[in-house]
This record gives sequence, structure tokens and C-alpha cells, in this order.
Amino acid sequence: MSNRYSAFAVARHALQPDLPWPRAWTSAEPKKSYDAVIVGGGGHGLATAYYLAKNHGLTNVAVLERSWIGSGNVGRNTTIIRSNYQIDGNTQFFEHSLKLWEGLSHDLNFNCMVSHRGQIVLAVSLVQLDTLARKGNIMRLNGIDAELLDRGEVMKLLPYLDYSNDARWKIYGALLQRRAGTARHDAVAWGYARAAGRLGADIIENCEVTGFVMENGKATGVETSRGTINTGKVAIAVAGHTSHVAAMAGLRLPVESHVLQAFVTEPVKPMVDHVVSWGAELFYLSQSDKGGLVFGGHIDGFNTYTQRGQFPKMQSVVECAVSLMPFVSRLRLLRHWGGIMDMTPDGSPFICKTPVRNLYLNGGWCYQGFKAAPASGWTFAHTIANDDEHDLNRCFSLDRFEKGGEMDEYGLGNWTYKQ
Amino acid sequence: MRIPCPHCGERDYSEFRYGSDATKPRPAHGEGDLKSWHDYYFLFDNPKGPHTEYWQHVLGCRRWFKLARNTATNEIGAAP
Repeated sequence: MSNRYSAFAVARHALQPDLPWPRAWTSAEPKKSYDAVIVGGGGHGLATAYYLAKNHGLTNVAVLERSWIGSGNVGRNTTIIRSNYQIDGNTQFFEHSLKLWEGLSHDLNFNCMVSHRGQIVLAVSLVQLDTLARKGNIMRLNGIDAELLDRGEVMKLLPYLDYSNDARWKIYGALLQRRAGTARHDAVAWGYARAAGRLGADIIENCEVTGFVMENGKATGVETSRGTINTGKVAIAVAGHTSHVAAMAGLRLPVESHVLQAFVTEPVKPMVDHVVSWGAELFYLSQSDKGGLVFGGHIDGFNTYTQRGQFPKMQSVVECAVSLMPFVSRLRLLRHWGGIMDMTPDGSPFICKTPVRNLYLNGGWCYQGFKAAPASGWTFAHTIANDDEHDLNRCFSLDRFEKGGEMDEYGLGNWTYKQ
Repeated sequence: MRIPCPHCGERDYSEFRYGSDATKPRPAHGEGDLKSWHDYYFLFDNPKGPHTEYWQHVLGCRRWFKLARNTATNEIGAAP
């Protein structure tokens, strides 16, 4: 295990080029038993292990990852962080997450390259501008920064958009959240793994959970590809495969797995200084530090566990890009990939207890898992340690559809993603 | 992905609309308590593997039909 990163350590390694940097975290061997086992070594699972140790003193914890750390959705997203939500529950939760992002690199002693470059959501009609004004007001009433921009202000910030009379969608204005931005997604996985490991958690790779050990309706352990592990508490954080893993515990969930694609172009010189989102169709774009334009759109629209997207969706997302920023037509797509999303009826996640005692669930992240990871781990750790939800995640319960507690952010009812 | 429409033949998936799991039994009208309607409407097996589902050929004959597909590979089998 390496020492703390510091300016002194950088200088020491600069003077001694032959001195190798030690591995950032230890890939542990599974022990026979733990106080808590987290299934899934993605952003949420690793964050949970870190906050269990840091906030609740629970360090005899294992994170079981079936592949390698960062191989799942934490490394497959478009790296956007923001807190521009408008219904109670979501607003407070995602703002808590953005506040954790703000201090994350120092907290973890790992550079997560958090960049508060601002997110600009464009309105393509006057009605849409009204709804953005309403959203901005809700954010400001909750103490979150939001600025409404008119067309002229947008033209100054984003001079490269199509403002011509031929533009397919006229731009009327935008909502800007300056504190929003991007973070280095792999560094989030590595940083949490390192910080959790330093506090005592075991990060165990290549260890697939194949079943749960139950006694009298209580989860008491997990069966894995590397043997049985006994534990007092089992926490599932495998978004994308939540149904698949929860089924081993006899649970049927309000979740369908869908593929969401992301795209990156060849690198170009710095040009897009913000995260830009669009109101005409779900579309979001930013420029990575390497220069590539990273963007994405909607899910493909049918349930699948294949991590590859369909061509028609690629076409419609690229059409969005070109329609908004005509210069994109001259770039070449470098890569595109898919990640599997847990889609829930109302588009909101689960961070909760389950009908099985000592079994906890974190999943259903739809499109919004990455930005949520810090608050997700923070509240999930609270739920696991106290066997009770925190006020910030009480609304993300598994039984909210039975009780009329839907968290439909857009106010359109259930299954908006199927329309 | 290419989908065989029982009326029009094989077409690109973009002509179709997905209609979800076709194996869930719907409670009869006026029957069943709230729990059984909740389970019918909200819960899914969501298997990683063979799946029977509804599709509608919205940009063609507009017919609804059942399709067998493997969600782990997108391989399409015989219509059930």
C-alpha cells in the first residue's frame, strides 16, 4: 500500500526516477467472514465502502467485484456532475452529491480532476425557457446556484452553435449551473478504492457472487466464485445487473435493463468550455481534457444486457450533435460504447432496505448514476450501518410505487423512457 | 438488430416499438387487489437470457406480436 500522495512525494519521485510508484490500492484475498459485504466494485460500491469506514467506523468490509475495479458503468459514462433537479428528494440528494464532489479530491487524497466548468441547458422554445426558469427558481430556493441566460448571453458563451435562420431548432435561452461540470470517471473508482482500502476495507477483484446464504429469511452470507463468505450485512450495488443479482435473493424488482450509448470524436483543440445539454432531444456534450467531444443521448429502447448499441440510435444522437453544432459534421467518431442501465418506472433510483433482512439495495440509477456516486455511497453507508434510511434517501425506497411515492422528475408519470 | 414482423417480414429494429415482457399474466378486469396490479404493472423478471416480449411494427403494418429474444446476446428466436 502506498503512502499519502503529496507535493513532497512527487518531488521525491522526480529526483529518483527509478523509484516506482507503488500500486494505488491492494487487491485483497477474500477472508472467511466480514461485518459487511458489498456486491459490486463500481463507483457506488466503492464509495459505500469508503463512507462505511469514514463515517461509521465499519472497516471489516469487503467489496466483491466480478471483474476489475472500474470495468463497469463507472468507466462507461459521460462523466457529468450537476444538481439541477426540481422535485423534493432529488434536489437535496443531488446537491449533497455535488457538495461531496467539490471536496472529493482532497477528501480521498486522489486527484479526481473535478472540473466545475458549468452546465448549460439550452431551451428551444419559449415554453421550454419558462420551465427552465421555474427549475432555476426551485434550485435557488434550495440554495443551489442557477442562472437564466437569454439568447444573447448564450451566443457569447457558446459562439459555435447554429444561430442561423436555417437552424432546425432556434435557441431562446438557457439555464446555467456554474458549479456543475465533469470529473475523471476512472479516478473516482481508483480514488474510492484506494481511500477505502487505506481505511481497512478489502477490495476483492475477480470474485463473482453466485448466490446468497439465507437463514430464516435473513441474509447471512454470499456464495462466490472464490468460496462462501459469511457476513452480517449484504449490500447490492451492481446497477445494470440489479435484477439479475437480486433474483438470487428471491426478489423481483421494478427494473428493466437497457443499453445507453456514449460517443467520443477524434481530439480537437479546446473549444467547448462547458457541458452543453439540449432541450430538443435528450442530448449532452462536453469536451474531454484530451480534446475529444464526449456525448450521449437516449437509451436504445429495449431491454438488453449486451453492452453494444444499435446503429439507428447512434445515427439519431449524431444528428442531434450536428443539428446543434454544425462543425461536428467534420469530425470523425473515434469510439462508441454501451453501458447497461437499470431503468425504473419513475426514473429514480433505489437506496434502501429490502424485504430480506440484512440485505440492502442500491440500484435503479437510470442515466444518473455517475454524478450521484458520492451521495449514493454516503447515504447507502448510513442505511447499512444504522439499518435505517437517511432523510436524504428515504424517498428512494423499493415500495414507493405501492405507496404512491413516485419520484418522477419530469412530472409525466411512469415509464417516460418508453414513450 | 433485425426483427421479423409476422406480416411484413424482416425489418430494422428502428421501425418497431418495444412493448416489454409478454409473459406477465394480467389480472382480469375488476379482479385482483392493489398488490397484484402493482406486481403486474411494476415488477419484471428482467432475465439475462431468453425473453418473450411484445413489439409493435409502428412504422409498418402497426401489428403487435410476440418475439423470443435472448437479452444476453440479442439473438432472435422463433416467434412463440
